[in-house]
Amino acid sequence: MEGAKANTGGLSGWLEERLGLSAIREFLAHKTVPVHSGTMWYYFGGITLFLFVIQVLTGILLLLYYRPTTTEAYESVQFIVTRVQFGWLVRSIHSWSANLMIFTAMVHMFSVVFLRSYRRPREVTWLSGIALLCLALGFGFSGYLLPWNTISYFATKVGTDMAASLPGIGPALARFLRGGEDVGGATLTRFFGFHVAVLPGLTTVLLLVHLILVQKQGISSPPWVERKFQAQGGKAPQMPFFPNFFLREMMAWYAALAVLGSLAAIFPWELGEKADPFASAPAGIRPEWYFLAPFYTLKLIPSHVAFLEGELLGLLGFGLLAVFWILLPFWATNRQGMERTRLVTGAGVALLAYLATFSLLGYYK
Amino acid sequence: MIRRPALLLLFLLPVAAPAKDSCVECHTAMESAPALKFSKDVHQRRGFSCADCHGGDRNADDQDAAMSKAKGFRGKIARAAVPQLCAHCHSDANLMHKYMPQQRVDQYELYQTSVHGKRIASGDGAVANCVDCHSVHDIREVKDPQSPVHPLRLPETCARCHADAAHMAKYKIPTNQFEEYRKSVHWAALAQRGDLSAPSCASCHGNHGATPPQVSSVAAVCGNCHALVEDLYSKSPHQPAFAAMGAAGCVTCHGNHGVRLPSSAMLAGDKSVCAQCHTADSPEGKAAVEMAGMINGLNAALKNSDQVLRQAASSGMEVSEAMLRQQEAHATLVKARVAVHAFRVTAVSQLAQSGLAAAAETRRAGENALKERDYRRMGLGVALLAILATMAGLWLALRAIERPPQAPAGAGRR
Repeated sequence: MEGAKANTGGLSGWLEERLGLSAIREFLAHKTVPVHSGTMWYYFGGITLFLFVIQVLTGILLLLYYRPTTTEAYESVQFIVTRVQFGWLVRSIHSWSANLMIFTAMVHMFSVVFLRSYRRPREVTWLSGIALLCLALGFGFSGYLLPWNTISYFATKVGTDMAASLPGIGPALARFLRGGEDVGGATLTRFFGFHVAVLPGLTTVLLLVHLILVQKQGISSPPWVERKFQAQGGKAPQMPFFPNFFLREMMAWYAALAVLGSLAAIFPWELGEKADPFASAPAGIRPEWYFLAPFYTLKLIPSHVAFLEGELLGLLGFGLLAVFWILLPFWATNRQGMERTRLVTGAGVALLAYLATFSLLGYYK
Repeated sequence: MIRRPALLLLFLLPVAAPAKDSCVECHTAMESAPALKFSKDVHQRRGFSCADCHGGDRNADDQDAAMSKAKGFRGKIARAAVPQLCAHCHSDANLMHKYMPQQRVDQYELYQTSVHGKRIASGDGAVANCVDCHSVHDIREVKDPQSPVHPLRLPETCARCHADAAHMAKYKIPTNQFEEYRKSVHWAALAQRGDLSAPSCASCHGNHGATPPQVSSVAAVCGNCHALVEDLYSKSPHQPAFAAMGAAGCVTCHGNHGVRLPSSAMLAGDKSVCAQCHTADSPEGKAAVEMAGMINGLNAALKNSDQVLRQAASSGMEVSEAMLRQQEAHATLVKARVAVHAFRVTAVSQLAQSGLAAAAETRRAGENALKERDYRRMGLGVALLAILATMAGLWLALRAIERPPQAPAGAGRR
């Protein structure tokens, strides 16, 4: 009897017996995605995931040659981009996809806000998504230092100085980040550790949580779409996830790959000059684009406001803003269960306008 | 324990009463120029008063008592007496140590060795003394950009007398030094680039011990900065020849106050300085033309590879190693120009060959980078085509999946 079972279905039967693939097939056959005017925004979560996978793959390739010491880091990256076959492409794709990933993650976050996808019972999905965005920013901050060039060195100095100005935990936090009193070899080693071990570990766990929650609760339809079809006594139109949505998502991935490849080939990521801790900071130093808005805001705040230091006041303001934003699903509905639609849209538009305006000002001024 | 009313009184007391100075009080009220200028004077800021130079009693309210000869009042200081008066404090190491520990105290001694000092000692009151250069009653520290002896202002200060034909008439010395200096490479470095270490009048002539460099010392003056050139020149055939003629070294070819930016045109062509002594068909004239050709060739090769490297770098190609090598090649060009002062073709040719080899190497690196750029762009084009083809395939597959099922043939007839 056992022998007969093993023989049925050939390889697929063999795999079915061991992996239970029919359950996955069954799940995919019944999984659907809402169809409405904003369906295109659903692709950005998948594009972010695709770019993350590219990050992991190119990161592993870079690890084969990169050496995290102050005497070798810059030279090893220089070796990668000048001597290693397609090393320039791998490094350029790694850097560009990091930036594109943060961009698409932000687009995904704002689409969740404007399509109201954070609503009950998806609060934990929202929180895990915000945590993933913070981890992506952490990847950006830690990875920026690794080539050990002038800009990255001084940007890390400025960034860790900001951490040091926090009340209470500031100095200890800055010492923890730097591995000493100033940015140096110890900072490079631990930023490398954060970048290739701590952050990927945390991200993998959170990403799994995020994806499981998305599968468990399905993809949310905007309330106005639900209301429209409920009024007509029907259900909002859906498309099968597999193959209809999946094929469209693949097209989006290919489009992302085309953009990424073009950027990497036409504008190879610069290496700059090796960091010199004894040199003075170069003029016009600024962080990566995703930190520009807070950076420029802090520049505008006077050195002292009343009894508080300007920088501290700015950081406290950003802290409050972050808490307000993280808790969005909890204040987006009042005690009577009514949605604060205008407040959420207003907050989303205001944050988007602030980030766009201050990033541009920070870049051009 | 201080009681509250007593504590209040503490606030009513002045923090520190300024020292009385009746000279400044009266002369300011009279709107006298020296008193008005004195507030900007470094001596005033260090607590010195009019009476410290002019004598008298700064504490006396009465005019006669304040300017009493019995209290040492000297009134206006004679020009010839100014250096000694300044030296009273500035040559006193103990006193100067209190105010400016790093300040030298040999200015007066040096001044006595200078042409200015010697002439003033012989009764010529028209020559420069301390206040002619440092100003008077509003004396500032040398590092103060408003000081007339600040490096950026010193040439103009010297020119106040030395460019004044009437003033210089009786000394029978030229008055075009400042005009010439303003055309020089040294002035460009000082005034246009703001390089405070660039030479001005005092760098060659000295400041307090100002003396014109003699013919034998000119090379030493230039060699203070241009040590390598001086070394090559001293071993060259020109050194004994110029010395025998009584001609100065560097200035014979480069001039003195109006030193222009040297170029290979000094060796060959219409503006050749070599041609002033050597005919074009003499071995020396031919050597000069050969050296100029080598330097021009290296310069052109470097410009060419600079252009290729810039183009590669602006395309985002990593050419930093070639750029570094290119910097070395540029340094070789500088060395080749310096080597001209050995006046031997071999000295220049060795460096020129090495520079040309480096320039060829960096040019090749730049050209390879540009080829690599084109290869990458071609690869991108192929990849984009493949991506587009795949996307088109996916789109066709989607259309096929989502096409509404067609009714079987003949179904409509029933």
